[in-house]
Amino acid sequence: MRSLVFYIVSILVGAALFGFARWLGNDYLFFAGYTVLQFIVLATAWNILGGYCGYVNFGSAAFFAAGAYSSVALHKLAAGIDRYVPESLAGLAHTILPLPIPVLIVIGGIVAGLIGLGTGYLTLRLRGAFFAIATLALAVVLQTLIVNWDFVGGSRGAYIIRPSEVPIIGSYIQYLFLIMLVLSILAIIAARAIEQSRLGYGFATIRDDETAAEACGVPTLRLKLIATTLSGALMGMAGAPFPYYIGYLEPGSAFGLAYTVNSIAMPMIGGTTSWVGPLVGALLLGTLQQIATVTISSAVNLLIVGLLLVGFVIVAPKGIVGLVQDFMRERGPEGSEPTWRTRLATFANMRPGAR
Amino acid sequence: MTGPLLQIENVGKRFGGFVALDGINLTVAHGERVGLIGPNGSGKSTLVNCMCGTLQNETGRVMFDGRLMNGMSAHQRARRGMARSFQLPRPFVTLSVAENLRIPLLYAAHARRGHHLTHEEIENRCHELAGLVGLAAKANRLPRDLTQVEMRKLELARAVAVDPKLLIADEAMAGLSQSEVDEIVALLITMNERGVTIIMIEHIMRAVMAFSQRLVVLVTGKKIADGPPQEVVSHPEVIGAYLGQ
Ligand SMILES: Nc1ncnc2c1ncn2[C@@H]1O[C@H](COP(=O)(O)OP(=O)(O)O)[C@@H](O)[C@H]1O
Ligand SMILES: [Mg+2]
Repeated sequence: MRSLVFYIVSILVGAALFGFARWLGNDYLFFAGYTVLQFIVLATAWNILGGYCGYVNFGSAAFFAAGAYSSVALHKLAAGIDRYVPESLAGLAHTILPLPIPVLIVIGGIVAGLIGLGTGYLTLRLRGAFFAIATLALAVVLQTLIVNWDFVGGSRGAYIIRPSEVPIIGSYIQYLFLIMLVLSILAIIAARAIEQSRLGYGFATIRDDETAAEACGVPTLRLKLIATTLSGALMGMAGAPFPYYIGYLEPGSAFGLAYTVNSIAMPMIGGTTSWVGPLVGALLLGTLQQIATVTISSAVNLLIVGLLLVGFVIVAPKGIVGLVQDFMRERGPEGSEPTWRTRLATFANMRPGAR
Repeated sequence: MTGPLLQIENVGKRFGGFVALDGINLTVAHGERVGLIGPNGSGKSTLVNCMCGTLQNETGRVMFDGRLMNGMSAHQRARRGMARSFQLPRPFVTLSVAENLRIPLLYAAHARRGHHLTHEEIENRCHELAGLVGLAAKANRLPRDLTQVEMRKLELARAVAVDPKLLIADEAMAGLSQSEVDEIVALLITMNERGVTIIMIEHIMRAVMAFSQRLVVLVTGKKIADGPPQEVVSHPEVIGAYLGQ
C-alpha cells in the first residue's frame, strides 16, 4: 500500500516536472535537467554498493563509460552494416538497427552489470581502501582498452549523428530528458524497494559487520556480487544514452573524473543509508554545478563539489538526511501515536542509525 | 536421528607459529548440554570459530548433523542449524535491536521451518525474542543506546533467532547480575528441553554447574578433561590448570 502511493507520487512528480519544463519551453532547461537526472541515477547506483553495503567504488566513470561505449559500438555497427555484418544477416540488421534508446539502455545495463559482476568476483575478499583502489584500477584498465579500440573511435572519439526530431514528443533533447527522467524514477523505486527488502537488510549487515552477518546466515559474498552487479548495471544504464546527448564522445569525457567524484560526493552529502540521500545530493550538487557552469565556468564544478564534500564530512557526516532525521526522530513516549514527523521518517525509510 | 549431532576430530588451528588448537576431539549428542571451560587464551573461542566456520581449521574434521563442515562457509553452517554468540558482542550498529534479531529470521531460521517466515511471523518472533532477554522496551533502539550487559543479551538473542539445532553461547553472561545469570541459565535450559543442543562457554562456575550435563576443559589448546561435571572439577589436572592461572 505504502509502495503503491509511492509509485503514484513518483510518476506524478515526474509528469509534473516534464509538463512544467515543456511549458517553459526552453531547450536549455532540458539540457541542464538531463545532466541532473543522470546524476540522480549515478548517485543512486553508487549508493547501492557504497551506502547500503559500505563498499566505496572509485570506478563509477568506468561503468558509466561502459554503458556509453556499448551504445557507440552499436551505433557504429548500425552505420556500417554492409561492412561489418555478413550478407545473409544484413537484411535483418537493417530492420532492427539502429536500436531505439530504451533498448540501448538495457544493453548498456547488461554490459556494465557484467563488468560489475566481474569486478565483484575479482575483489571478493578485498575491503576498505583495497576495494576502492581496485575499482580505480578497473577504470584505468577499461579506459586503456577503449582508447585502443578503433571501432568505437579510439582516442579520437566518435561522432554520433542523432535525429533532430522524434515522433510525438518533437525535440530530441526533450526525448532524452524524458528517458532519463523515467530512468531516474525507476532507479529510485528500485533503491527504495531494496532498502525495505530482505536484500536491503542483508546489505546493511555487510556494511556493519560481515563476520556477524555470516554467523546469522547472510551469504555475504553472494550479496556483495549482487550489489556490484546492480550498482554497475544502473551506472551503465545512465551512460547508455550519453553519446546521443553529447553528440561526440571521446574516452576523456566518458571516463571523466566528474562522474566518479560526483557519484561519491552526492550520496555522501545527501546521506547514504536511504534512497533520499542520493536524490537530495544529486539535486543540490547537480543544480549548483549547472548554475556555476553558466554563471562562472564549468571549471569550478569539481571545486564546488570538493569543498562541499569536505564541509559536510566535517560538519554533518550523516549528510542532509542525517540532519533532517535527527529532527524527525524526536519521538514521544514509547507507543504514542505516530506524528507527521515519524510518518515522514518511515516513508523516507530513514534509519535511526544512518551515518 | 542416529549418530552424534556434532563430531570434532583432531581439529587443529595455528596463528602464525602459535598453536591455538592442538588436535581437539569432541563429540556432542543430540539434546546434550555441554559446558566448555578453560583459562583465558586456552582456545575456547577459537574452537567455536572453527566449528561455526568463522575460521577454517587447518587439520582434522568438523562433522555436524551427519555432514562434513570443512570448507563450508559460516552462513551455510548457520543455515544448517549452528548458531553462536560472539564473546565480544558484534551487533549490527546501524540496525535497531528488533532489526538485529530480524536478520537471522530472514536469512537462517526459515531453513529449518521449511518455509520463509511471513512478515507477521517475523515481527512477532522479533518481539518475542526481545522479550525473552528483557529487551522489549528497547526493541526500537540502536545498539549504541544499550548497556554492555544489554548488548550481551542482544548477542545471545540473535543467536537464538537462528532457530538452531546447536547453540553455542560464548561467555554470554559476563558482567550479568546473579539473578540475570539465573534467568539466562533458565532460558538456555528451557531451550534445551525443547530440543536444542547447547554448548555453553562460561567462567561463572555457578552457572556452569547448574547448566552442564557434561563438562569439557580446554587448556592451552588441548582438551584435558571431558566428563560429568562433578568428576571433572575435582580432577587434579583441572584444579592445577585453574590454580596455576
Ligand atoms: N585471530 C587471531 N590471531 C592471532 N591469535 C589469535 C587469534 N585469535 C585468537 N588468538 C590467540 O589464540 C589463543 C586462544 O584464544 P581464544 O580462542 O580467544 O581463547 P579463549 O576463548 O579460550 O579465551 C590466544 O592466545 C589468542 O591470543
Ligand atoms: Mg574466548
